[in-house]
Amino acid sequence: MTNSAEGADPLSTESLPPLPPRAIVAGHGAFPDGMVSAVQQITGFGGVFVPMSNAGLSGEDIESRLRVRAAELQVKVFFTDLPGGSATMAVRRMMRDTKGVVLVTGANLATLLEFVFRSDEGAGEAARHAAEKGRTAIAVQGED
Amino acid sequence: MPVDLYRIDDRLIHGQVVVGWGQPLNVRLIILVDDDVACCDWEQDLYRMGVPPEMELKFADVATAIREHSSYVSDPRHSIVLTGNVATMRDLVTEIKPPRGVNIGGLHHRPGRRPKLRYVFLSPAEEAELRELMASGVKVTAQDVPSARAVPLDELLRTEPSGDSKE
Repeated sequence: MTNSAEGADPLSTESLPPLPPRAIVAGHGAFPDGMVSAVQQITGFGGVFVPMSNAGLSGEDIESRLRVRAAELQVKVFFTDLPGGSATMAVRRMMRDTKGVVLVTGANLATLLEFVFRSDEGAGEAARHAAEKGRTAIAVQGED
Repeated sequence: MPVDLYRIDDRLIHGQVVVGWGQPLNVRLIILVDDDVACCDWEQDLYRMGVPPEMELKFADVATAIREHSSYVSDPRHSIVLTGNVATMRDLVTEIKPPRGVNIGGLHHRPGRRPKLRYVFLSPAEEAELRELMASGVKVTAQDVPSARAVPLDELLRTEPSGDSKE
């Protein structure tokens, strides 16, 4: 991570400056909050992500809220939970008329953690690396 | 094989439809009935990206769906007929052999609609259209996911939001 404060206690994230929001995590139920909470617990940098649940919203409202939030935060990277989910569909609609939007769907915790620690890369490149990390993190172990 | 589910859902293709119902019903065919989507290639591409490869997604305007409905029910695959609003489902169902039931899966808040369940908001016109459906012998229930209780229409129309729905 390039913006970690030099000379800071390596065991304390409290001494590191917070990272600005770089992406929105959107999806079903408490998935976004849960994922961001987990990132915060593990790294202390949950603030890299802004969670947004689709619960109780129409497709139009999901898209409109995502657009507003992205504009406020100046972010163009979105992590969503399910390829066919309504948050994913909303981001795909945004991609139609907004340049530079990057969507990572099927995101898991490993994906988000990798993105956090690639703050020295452009958001799009970091997202692509994060997606690859998330893919390889899925494993089946043990036998019947 | 009869269509497994006739669903009204303003999100059209999304997680509850593709996974929530699609998996337990082993759905391999979804017919999305919507006049606007039926004439827009871009919209169709968008929705195709939302379904897994083993699931076919067909698009039809209401007139086509009425005309081709017999082919939907003779298709050997498990299937869902999906509309984004009450009027489209009413227009379809009144012109075909009525299905046993129509499922209200999600009609979210917008101006002019009143809350019924956390995931169902209805305008007076939509309430009338649903009553029309019920009067034609169709059992209308609200149920977002298979594990939830199916709320009968007459109960739904008397209901205030209970907050017990997950979405």
